[in-house]
Amino acid sequence: MTEFLMSFWQTYNTLFYTVLVHGMLALSIYITLACGQLSLGNAAFMGIGAYTAALFTLKLNAPFGLSLLAGGMLPAFVALIIGVPTLRLSGVYLAMATLGFGEVVRVVFLNMSITGGSVGLNGVPPKTELWHLLLVMGVLIYFFLKLKNSRFGRALEAIREDEVAAAVMGIKTTSFKVWAFVIGAFIAGVAGGLNAHFTFFLSPREYGFDFAVDILTFAILGGTGTFWGPLVGSTILTILPEMLRFLGSYRLALNGLILVLVVVYLPNGIITVKKKD
Amino acid sequence: MMLLELKDVYVNYNHIQALKGISLNVAEGEIVALIGANGAGKSTTLNAISGLLKTTGGNIIYEGSNITGHSPQSIVRSGIIQVPEGRAILTTLKVRENLEMGAFTRKNDRIKDNLDAVFARFPVLQKKAELSAGNLSGGEQQMLALGRALMAKPRLLLMDEPSMGLSPILVREIFQIITEINKQGTSILLVEQNAQMALEVSRRGYVLETGHIVLEDTSANLLHNEKVIHAYLGG
Repeated sequence: MTEFLMSFWQTYNTLFYTVLVHGMLALSIYITLACGQLSLGNAAFMGIGAYTAALFTLKLNAPFGLSLLAGGMLPAFVALIIGVPTLRLSGVYLAMATLGFGEVVRVVFLNMSITGGSVGLNGVPPKTELWHLLLVMGVLIYFFLKLKNSRFGRALEAIREDEVAAAVMGIKTTSFKVWAFVIGAFIAGVAGGLNAHFTFFLSPREYGFDFAVDILTFAILGGTGTFWGPLVGSTILTILPEMLRFLGSYRLALNGLILVLVVVYLPNGIITVKKKD
Repeated sequence: MMLLELKDVYVNYNHIQALKGISLNVAEGEIVALIGANGAGKSTTLNAISGLLKTTGGNIIYEGSNITGHSPQSIVRSGIIQVPEGRAILTTLKVRENLEMGAFTRKNDRIKDNLDAVFARFPVLQKKAELSAGNLSGGEQQMLALGRALMAKPRLLLMDEPSMGLSPILVREIFQIITEINKQGTSILLVEQNAQMALEVSRRGYVLETGHIVLEDTSANLLHNEKVIHAYLGG
């Protein structure tokens, strides 16, 4: 039995790690969705975080914690620069700006020598251990549990529901939206840093538009009424392709079919919030 | 001294002039009605006062100081609270949570007392305090919006179409409440399409047409004004 568990873990530990990283990314987009804003830049933030953390480790021999912190801080700072002008406006401006931003980041990674260009970065030392991921996820779950009934969380909910109403309650709508976006970028960056230290290898292709859409799909599939939704969505969408491996080349088709069915029959996502009554 | 004064205020939406130099004032303790047809600029006026829209000319003076261009938050803090059109309640939050959000800019010390006072005025909100605000009827939602505004301790309430979508009985009830709130010392600028009700409860009124103030008088006079009767009172 233990032998079976050991071999199971050896086969699937990377998958489990990936489930946790994808969960963090799902939470990183959830916090902007929680105030009604769509960020398509979280894959790019993850990439910035991954490269920053990996370079801190490779070039500066920095301690792992510092690399991760740097991996979170740089995307957060970039988000601040993008967020302040775009989030003054209500509407789809953040989605448009981050969409363009993602492409810029990909091209920069492709062309800078320090990021290894199109070859990417090889030989990032494997420093991420299971407990690191569990700790970060634990902190995030605690944060999101506390968020719901906090002043900050209520303000985000008010902004999502009705921005004018929020403003006439005296909520500084722009600064709350910017904060949510910056926190999301920080989470995505840390997730990227953790990811980089167990995949050994970074390539600009991993952080492009496709992955930005995947992250959004995590949230939409799971439901955006509560933070559990994106976590469930990311878990299912990460494990499903593995479970469907026996289908060979048809597995992506079934993956897509399941998505379509969920969207048709559970338009609010798998985790649907009950009205409080 | 006037509590609020608008002096020759202009607001543009891109290239369209929505307000073309309007001047009006509200004295301490007054209910002032601003009536006019759809698209005349009534809500625009309130949103300009609340700081939600940028003015392109003129000044807004509150308690003697110029608040033109101030942020919506600082205007809320100074005591000008808007009850937006269509109630704008937060349907995913509970009734009590909606009310607490009204006190967002205030320190926590007296919020509980304030909540009790609002519940005393609107017993139905207390009864449904723990329900989702989305479950309230139209009249209850209007009361919630009004209650939420009271949580901010307003000196001046800006009310945008409180009668919208309500039955005549409920409209009477809401206007009764507005009068009571005013008697307890809150000044009110009331925007309405229901000109009859608005002029009955107010002391003075302004008539807004396509961005201009075309008439101003006491409400009693406006109720008997030929033009007003013809255009707004269905006479």
